[in-house]
Amino acid sequence: MGLSTLIACHECDLLQRRVPLANAGVARCRRCDAVLYRGSSSEDSDRALAYTLGGLILFLIANAYPIVALELQANRQAASLYDTVHALWVDGREDVSLLVAFTTLVTPALEISLLLYLLIPLRFGRTPSETVAVLRFLQRVKPWSMMEVFLLGILVSLVKLEHLAHVEPGIALWAFGALIPVLIAAAGAFNPDDIWAKIDHVA
Amino acid sequence: MNQHPVTARQVGLCACHTCGLLSKWKRDHAGLTCPRCSSHLHLRKPDSIARMWAFLIASYLLFLPANLLPIMHTNSLFGAQSDTIMSGIVYLWVSGSWHLAMVVFIASILVPSAKLLALTFLAVSVQKRSQWDPIQRTNLYRIVELVGRWSMLDIFVVSVLVALVQLQSLATIRAGHGAVAFGAVVVLTMFAAMEFDPRLIWDPQDDPR
Repeated sequence: MGLSTLIACHECDLLQRRVPLANAGVARCRRCDAVLYRGSSSEDSDRALAYTLGGLILFLIANAYPIVALELQANRQAASLYDTVHALWVDGREDVSLLVAFTTLVTPALEISLLLYLLIPLRFGRTPSETVAVLRFLQRVKPWSMMEVFLLGILVSLVKLEHLAHVEPGIALWAFGALIPVLIAAAGAFNPDDIWAKIDHVA
Repeated sequence: MNQHPVTARQVGLCACHTCGLLSKWKRDHAGLTCPRCSSHLHLRKPDSIARMWAFLIASYLLFLPANLLPIMHTNSLFGAQSDTIMSGIVYLWVSGSWHLAMVVFIASILVPSAKLLALTFLAVSVQKRSQWDPIQRTNLYRIVELVGRWSMLDIFVVSVLVALVQLQSLATIRAGHGAVAFGAVVVLTMFAAMEFDPRLIWDPQDDPR
């Protein structure tokens, strides 16, 4: 079909001809400079899978251990990510609690597991049955995953508490710090256009 | 290369919002779906500006309580204290961490207010079919999309503090009403930015009436 040689910019609707790209190339709109698509290499999905698996491990560590502990005159209080959600809920701020849970727990967990749902079968040359729905969902949910903002939030609160008590960074804080670049790398290597193209060939 | 830019809409094509596939657009087909990913097809996001105004007006209404009501209450041996977003920044500043005070000021005050103004400007300019510098306005939209999420910073700071500072008799921190309003402003402005369709910026010059 002739239409597949064309692409419309998603930001300014300019119609342009698709050109083949080298591995690390990026096609930009001639008029508004939006990124239209990226060049794909065969290793892309392998790299995306490796980073996502690494992300999964770090995510589990980041959730299983306390992020920080606070010590003040023989009183010790440690908090994990879940504890922050729980403390807000107990405090009667269910709305804020849900917002924090959604942006730092539920969405990242969904993102990582859905990426694995797509990437593991693709590694073995199969296309998972719900690919279309999953890709659509991932696109919708992406802006709501706010791990990196949460990490900055932890750092700001540590500085605030420093004057009040002795604060001790926990294992989960380091895991969070490592998780963010790994997730960014996974997102950079994951190329949904490739998967859409595969679906085209099947259909 | 041809000199006249041609848009997909001018030649009767419609790009899928989800997968980018081009389809032929039929004027009377309201319920058209993408043959590849079966998303609903629209030439432009439906009712983009009207929905955007709804979210923007709600954000403006909540913006005042978000900044005036306390976002957290501290009870300690030294007495009780309520903090708004601004007083939290002042506290950071006077206690010597001026760099963090700057970060929180940018994330919690500057970004949300600039974002509201930028989105309002975009909505008005599109409604008036302005042809003023589409590239600048597209860039403005991209910046808004990029930085909007960082406003959530203060919500996360409060939630970490609430979880950590539960030292019975010594000190406790509780979240205030301001945190709810502030979280709502961040979420609503994110919705407003998602409803905006940057192609509307270019339409007046591509299809002059």
